[in-house]
Amino acid sequence: MRKWIGAILLGFVAAGFFIALSDIPFGNNRMDVAEYYIDKGVAETGAVNIVTSVVVNYRALDTLGEVTVLFVASLGLGALLYAGKDGSGNKQRASLVVRTGSRILFPLILLFGAYIFVHGHLTPGGGFQGGAVIASAFLLQYLAYRSYRIDKRKFSMVESISGSAFVVVGLLGLAIGGYFLSNFLDKGVPYSLFSAGVIPVLYVAIGLKVGAELAGIVAGLMESGRG
Amino acid sequence: METLYNSMYYVGSAALILIGLYIILVKSNLIKVIIGIHLLDTGVNVLLVSVGYIKGGKAPIFTGTSAGPAQFVDPVPQALVLTAIVIGVGVIALALSIAVKVYEHYGTHDLRRIKGLKW
Repeated sequence: MRKWIGAILLGFVAAGFFIALSDIPFGNNRMDVAEYYIDKGVAETGAVNIVTSVVVNYRALDTLGEVTVLFVASLGLGALLYAGKDGSGNKQRASLVVRTGSRILFPLILLFGAYIFVHGHLTPGGGFQGGAVIASAFLLQYLAYRSYRIDKRKFSMVESISGSAFVVVGLLGLAIGGYFLSNFLDKGVPYSLFSAGVIPVLYVAIGLKVGAELAGIVAGLMESGRG
Repeated sequence: METLYNSMYYVGSAALILIGLYIILVKSNLIKVIIGIHLLDTGVNVLLVSVGYIKGGKAPIFTGTSAGPAQFVDPVPQALVLTAIVIGVGVIALALSIAVKVYEHYGTHDLRRIKGLKW
């Protein structure tokens, strides 16, 4: 009974999709907003990665909101899973290959994550992707060593400092450039590492914040197992 | 068949969204419902990116050597999806932590056997 009601409702949703998408042919021309960003983006922001210039310059306020949403999600997870007791769900010892491999790979993964968020304005990637890579390094440590624990106080300190740095840069932009999160630093020469004004600064802050937050989420879920 | 091939990404993303919705509506295991939410999330992301695609498009990054801006795909949906993926991770992590607590409290993940949550 439930299956049939579900299938009928899905039929309506599918019809809605068909009607809406039949007016948007696949692979046609871009919209006016995209033309503006692609034509003026490099001159206005100094970042050659247009997606980065949209995320951290034109729509940086939305990114601040997004970082806040992620923060609230990790806060809620910590509040739900905080038990006081330390139940390690993973009783079985990881194999020698995993343990040795994680010891070799751990610093390299951290370095790669930092590379991704430092070069966010030049190459594909940025703060969120680099932060996710950094969190995966801590997940690997959790999988390899069952007694491994991150220092939660240091992680939340990194998270708070980088989150505040985002807002402070925005307020400096308000004081110097005239509006919140304005790009008040020198744009520099495109294609070079020290270019695009505040974009690399903001992306480093986002990368550290997302890395610390996702590592905290991983730690919360890994440590909550019923021992 | 030709139109189906041309709008392959639309069909695929709509299929992902519908499968995710079906799982959310029909399945009674909490973990399966969370998997359904994630499938729905992925389908929406694929749909947004494919709406911004142009034929023979390249990533919207100036490299100095390769294709010019005429070939760049729409950067706005990509920025939106970048946001949506991160939010999706947060939502799934929160949902899984709620599932952990539900299991600790009720001893089951079956939504029909959790008191006060009857369909």
